Amino acid sequence: MASLSERMTQDRVPLVEPDGQWSRAAVARTLRHALIITRREVRDSLRDWRIMTPIFLLTLIFPLLANEMTRIFTGFFEDNGAEDLLPSLLPLMPMIVGFFPVSISLVIALETFVGEKERRSLEPLLSTPLTNTELYLGKSFAAMLPPLLASYSGMAIYMGALILGEQQWRPAPLLVVQIVLLTTAQALMMVTGAVVVSSQTTSTRAANLLASFIIIPMSLLVMLEATIMVQPHRRSLLWAIMAGVLVAVILLVRMGARLFNREELLGRALDQLNLRWIGRTFWQGVRGPAGEAFSLRRWYRRSVFPAAWGLRGSAAVVLICVTGAFVGGWIAAGQWRIPLDQFAANDKTLLDNLRSWFDLGQDNPHLVVLALAQNARVLLAATLLGMFTFGVMGLVLVAVPFGILGFILGQVTIAGLSPLPFLLAVIPHGALEIPAIVLAGAAALRLGSVVTRPPADLTASEAWLAAAADVVKIGVGLVLPLLVLAALLEVTLTPRVVEFVLTL
Amino acid sequence: MIETFELCKDFKDFRAVDRVTFTVMPGTIFAMLGPNGAGKTTTVRMLTSILKPTAGWARVAGYDVVAQPTAVRALVGVLTEQHGLYERMKGEEYLDFFARIYDLPPEVRRRRPRQLMEHFGLGDALDKRLGEYSKGMKQKLALVRAMLHDPPVLLLDEPTSAMDPQSAKLVREAIKELRREERTIAITTHNLIEAEDLADHIAVIRQGRIIAHGTFAELSGRFVGAPLMELRLTRHLNGAIDTLREMVTIVETGDCWLRYRTPDPALTNPQVIRRLTGAGLDIVTLSEVSRTLEDVYLQIVAEDEGTASHGQPE
Repeated sequence: MASLSERMTQDRVPLVEPDGQWSRAAVARTLRHALIITRREVRDSLRDWRIMTPIFLLTLIFPLLANEMTRIFTGFFEDNGAEDLLPSLLPLMPMIVGFFPVSISLVIALETFVGEKERRSLEPLLSTPLTNTELYLGKSFAAMLPPLLASYSGMAIYMGALILGEQQWRPAPLLVVQIVLLTTAQALMMVTGAVVVSSQTTSTRAANLLASFIIIPMSLLVMLEATIMVQPHRRSLLWAIMAGVLVAVILLVRMGARLFNREELLGRALDQLNLRWIGRTFWQGVRGPAGEAFSLRRWYRRSVFPAAWGLRGSAAVVLICVTGAFVGGWIAAGQWRIPLDQFAANDKTLLDNLRSWFDLGQDNPHLVVLALAQNARVLLAATLLGMFTFGVMGLVLVAVPFGILGFILGQVTIAGLSPLPFLLAVIPHGALEIPAIVLAGAAALRLGSVVTRPPADLTASEAWLAAAADVVKIGVGLVLPLLVLAALLEVTLTPRVVEFVLTL
Repeated sequence: MIETFELCKDFKDFRAVDRVTFTVMPGTIFAMLGPNGAGKTTTVRMLTSILKPTAGWARVAGYDVVAQPTAVRALVGVLTEQHGLYERMKGEEYLDFFARIYDLPPEVRRRRPRQLMEHFGLGDALDKRLGEYSKGMKQKLALVRAMLHDPPVLLLDEPTSAMDPQSAKLVREAIKELRREERTIAITTHNLIEAEDLADHIAVIRQGRIIAHGTFAELSGRFVGAPLMELRLTRHLNGAIDTLREMVTIVETGDCWLRYRTPDPALTNPQVIRRLTGAGLDIVTLSEVSRTLEDVYLQIVAEDEGTASHGQPE
């Protein structure tokens, strides 16, 4: 009889495929491997009574109960002469029937990602040629498929009972499509969110605690959807919500795919906040390379300017957004006209008003502080908002004033007034203020979005700390000085320029 | 073949592996010894392309662990520190799952798991759920999983832990058989007897650094001195002992025995025998006092601790 090794060698097959090559065959291989994972995980879920019992109840029993509730509601409303409200309220029921089974996807996702890590069964998988993408896809499908199938089945049972039953209410097909798509989008959001949560923990206990970061926004989302659902004339807004959820899903997938990698999964030993390391890393990021005496010149040369240069991609995005907002404001001015032409006859009043404001500025140097504080406050708020919204809300806050500027300039131009005074009221200090806003907006955008795709050589936490250090460096080293100078010009030079032009 | 050069791994401000350099040739077994937390598992994880080195490089089966991770993982069989089995699956399903991941052809997928399981005495357990397996059975199954795709390189983290002596012997024999087939094998272990039995080369790792490496003979020669010989006679040595002092280093003596060290027993021992028989003494036995890897290991660690404590500021 052949030896063990001889027998194995007879079966030797080519094992190596080149890394990082994307072709149709590679995509097919990725999907095939992902489905191997999915099949195993789904089979495992089907064998777990703790998962199957609620799915069974929510799929088969809950829709029938919901159907009975619908019958009772219908009777109650009709008895009280409020049957006109039924078309508004009844669509909530299929939404709830669909949502409850889908909520289990969160449990399965946490279990399949962090549970496996906790049971140490992930490492053998990570030691195989499976790519991170294959693992991520396979597990995400596995977390979504049983709850989604349960959800669709539940909704089908509910609808079937409605159609075959005696009740008069029949949901519109478009509404059914909306509910099915919303349910699917919610499942996607919960699973992609769960992956992000799982990557930050080493135990299901910690993951369950962190799951509130998913449950709370999801609850708010469902409440918002319900509020819209009961207003039939506003139901088209559900498409916008769906689009918003899908954007969030894309960002979460991006973030999850980056975080779901071998290094992050096995490099993290404890869910411990290492404040010392955080403090040191952040301070080093702000100060620049350690081991050298601090010199302001060196700090700007080696730390601040390279950080600002590194933001050129984000700055381009900010520039595009503010330009878009400006153009959007201009276009909006054409649609919503303000009778500015009346001001043409009242130039003297306008001038008097401006003069009194200039005089106020001359008498009150605190206006410089006020102008500075206003800009600093907006940029700080943009940074904070951006931190929690992948940078999106920060970007919105930075872009809105430009939209307003575009709107006003549009009104001025449409009214036939000269745009020159208006432009001169912006340009002198704007020459410094706008670059400061773009820089600060770019730093805020990076801070919010860096976790969705950290640089390859950094972990998510390292990348976030580096971005936070950049915010401080650029804020203190560039934005603040520019804003101070801009505030000085805004209070002293800009009014004089406008006054000069208006008196011509 | 496994090659590493100045391999380092940092976790934030903690250096888990510090400039580790070694080479494992095909057909040899390399053992990494060290206390818990020494960096053995982190090294294995870098060799499996699971963790990226912070500095240095490593090549496994000719592939770079950073640039070609998929190729590396396809050619390596890994027995992880914890077997990490799916308890609700049956043995057959479990191995089929991994065989599919490794893209084994259907025919191989059907045949090989059974062959391997039968070889390790688990043929009857293929149909059982893994939750019903004993610890030793789970460990053997994990080993089968590592060998399933016929890898030329095997990285085995504690291969016989939790096994009964009979099973451990079976596994050790399997590992030796794999060595004969010119596979490259690296093991990490706390079991010094096992390392002594299996390893061609040994590296002792402490606080992320290799503090000693070489063959067992080299290490024992370097850390516990020249081979120690024990000579037993029929009667007291009396004055004959002085004639031996110029040939060997006498360590201990008794009424009818003595122990001496010699760097080259093959050369010295015949001369000693001739001298003693010439002096009319009858030799009962002359044998080498066995030195275990445990003695060597403890001496290496003690010396390193001494060096480390001397190097620290007061």
